[in-house]
Amino acid sequence: MSALSTFLLRRRGGASWHWTDVLAYIWLGVGLVLMFGPVLWLVVSSFKTPANLAEFPPTFMPLDAQVARVQGYEQPLPLFRVTLEDGNERVLAQVRRVGIMAQMVDPENPGAVIRVPIDKRVPVRQVKFATENYAEPLQQFDFLRYFQNSIFVTVMATLITLVVNSMAAFALSKYEFKGRTAVLGIILATLMVPLSVIVVPLYLVVNSLNLFDTLWGVILPTVATPTGVFLLRQYMLTIPDELLDAARMDKASEWQIYWRIILPLAAPALAVLAIFSVMWRWNDFLWPLIVLSRKEHYTLQVGLNAFSGELNVQWHYVLSMTVLSIVPVALIFLFLQRYITAGIANTGLK
Amino acid sequence: MSTITEVPGGQASSLSSMLALPFRFLMGVLNAPMGAVQRRFGIAGMGAVFLAPNMLIFSVFVLIPVAINLAYSLTGGTAIFFDDRHFVGLEQYQTLLMCGDYAAPSTCLQDAFWQSVHNTAFFVLVQVTMLVLVSLGTALVLNREMRARGFWRGVFFFPVLLSPVVVGLIWKWILQRDGLLNAILLDFGFERILWLAERNWAMFWAIFVSVWAHLGFYALILLAGLQAIPRDLYEAAMMDGTGRMRVFWRITLPLLWPNLLVVIILALIKAVQIFDEAFVLTGGGPGTSTMFITQYIYETGFAHVLRNLGLASAASILMGIVLVGLTALQLVVSNRRARKEAA
Repeated sequence: MSALSTFLLRRRGGASWHWTDVLAYIWLGVGLVLMFGPVLWLVVSSFKTPANLAEFPPTFMPLDAQVARVQGYEQPLPLFRVTLEDGNERVLAQVRRVGIMAQMVDPENPGAVIRVPIDKRVPVRQVKFATENYAEPLQQFDFLRYFQNSIFVTVMATLITLVVNSMAAFALSKYEFKGRTAVLGIILATLMVPLSVIVVPLYLVVNSLNLFDTLWGVILPTVATPTGVFLLRQYMLTIPDELLDAARMDKASEWQIYWRIILPLAAPALAVLAIFSVMWRWNDFLWPLIVLSRKEHYTLQVGLNAFSGELNVQWHYVLSMTVLSIVPVALIFLFLQRYITAGIANTGLK
Repeated sequence: MSTITEVPGGQASSLSSMLALPFRFLMGVLNAPMGAVQRRFGIAGMGAVFLAPNMLIFSVFVLIPVAINLAYSLTGGTAIFFDDRHFVGLEQYQTLLMCGDYAAPSTCLQDAFWQSVHNTAFFVLVQVTMLVLVSLGTALVLNREMRARGFWRGVFFFPVLLSPVVVGLIWKWILQRDGLLNAILLDFGFERILWLAERNWAMFWAIFVSVWAHLGFYALILLAGLQAIPRDLYEAAMMDGTGRMRVFWRITLPLLWPNLLVVIILALIKAVQIFDEAFVLTGGGPGTSTMFITQYIYETGFAHVLRNLGLASAASILMGIVLVGLTALQLVVSNRRARKEAA
């Protein structure tokens, strides 16, 4: 403890404490609780049995009643710690409950039935992670399908985004042609048109193309991102034109120049766009909510929302599936945090 | 050709080169057809060819919808296709804007719309203020000399990556009747509160959760701005014995101001469109007390049995006008910043 406190209280150059130092530590401490707490609570809760979840006040750790097999009884019986009339405490198994009395037996000596008032007993419980919360919905419900749909949408949309955006960015950064400024202007202008403004007409377009209630109807409207074109174009502008000229001297076709020179050199920018595209598409909600109507086409986000909006919310399933849906994002965050934060700081991308 | 293939591909690891394999194959397959295209259009024409796929998708799914949006808002009926829609002129806008008293949504013809406008205005005002203050505070704290800065940055940043649905569900779980927060409250001897069933509390939590989810993003932009402020300015101030508060007001804040402005406008643009988290958290309720404009558009156009696409379009165009104004402002501001940096 003392090592920890000296570590925490050590000041660079032995400078004295200023009130802003205190404030900063309070900020960090409160931040840690407020930011991590809810997610921690979600994860812990997702491992609780329905009975444990319904308890109020809630327990922190997932607890489950301990049971014992007792000779002469088919079902395993729940164990209780009982305070007997003579003041002794014993662990007994409950056979059944009648009104305010419980009939209990000693697991060691199951012959004699002991009658105990129910307020004189507390369940014996142990920490147990209800992994069935994860296993069951994956088998009984369509969650696996939602997962597949989400992965399909995310992967396809990101691939197409990378290809068409990089091609467009290549054209806009390395070619002179009529109307280039106009195209740039139009793309710039549509940066201002967020999806929420055009959902209504987009619905008509997707309907006319027979894409309603299909995953392609979710994918295609999102792939020609103006943000991506801009990001890649700004990056490609820094690639020297001499490289292209040299390649043309070597009789490389324009297509070869694009994918053998431009794409490898733009890899850092492509990586940033790929990461963001994956996050955008994985988290998309409003548009899939509108386009997808049949349950088997739902993406994870729409499925989760539908599932949590049901009359009798099965929280033990909703929580576990929410945790599962975070896993890919958490992995991306762990491994690519550096790129993500750099991408945001440099471009203001979100 | 050998000279070209040897162009270094950055610091590509073996994993990423493996992932790029199918991609390379695809590109290789396209070699021959693209060569034919080039013979047809010439090198100069290839620019348009490269631009074509993106612009095609872009036109179909962005440009044309913008035009259709206008057409929808000028026609009536519940049909999706235009054959069964009739021209009504500005009637949809009149319906939306007809109001006895704009301060009291219940006197309006479309009281739900005006309620959502009021809610959104309140939300934008409070959420953006809180968001900017909290992310500024976080950025200032993260910019200090400290251990494990990467960890702390992650603590504040990670909710940005969570989906709005997940964010909504996490907090719905905590705020429900028998949730964690009520347990803590009862533990301290207070009464239980139905957080999401009382008007003011529901709005409070919609704002709180939205700040929680997004503060890391803006803190990161501000942190980058703080780190760009030259160290010697602070050192000079230290030499002069300037107090910390004075340094903050006289050096940090003025030099951070361009970033702060970008953050404010970005936050405004996002806040006007608020939908997902609030929708999952409160569903717009209780009643319509946390219904925002995007939800109004969604419900009017899609969720109701009577799909009033015209009304929804008109509402989305009105919202679009506000957003275009804000975005234009942002472009002006960031252009000015870029020019200043270049100078």
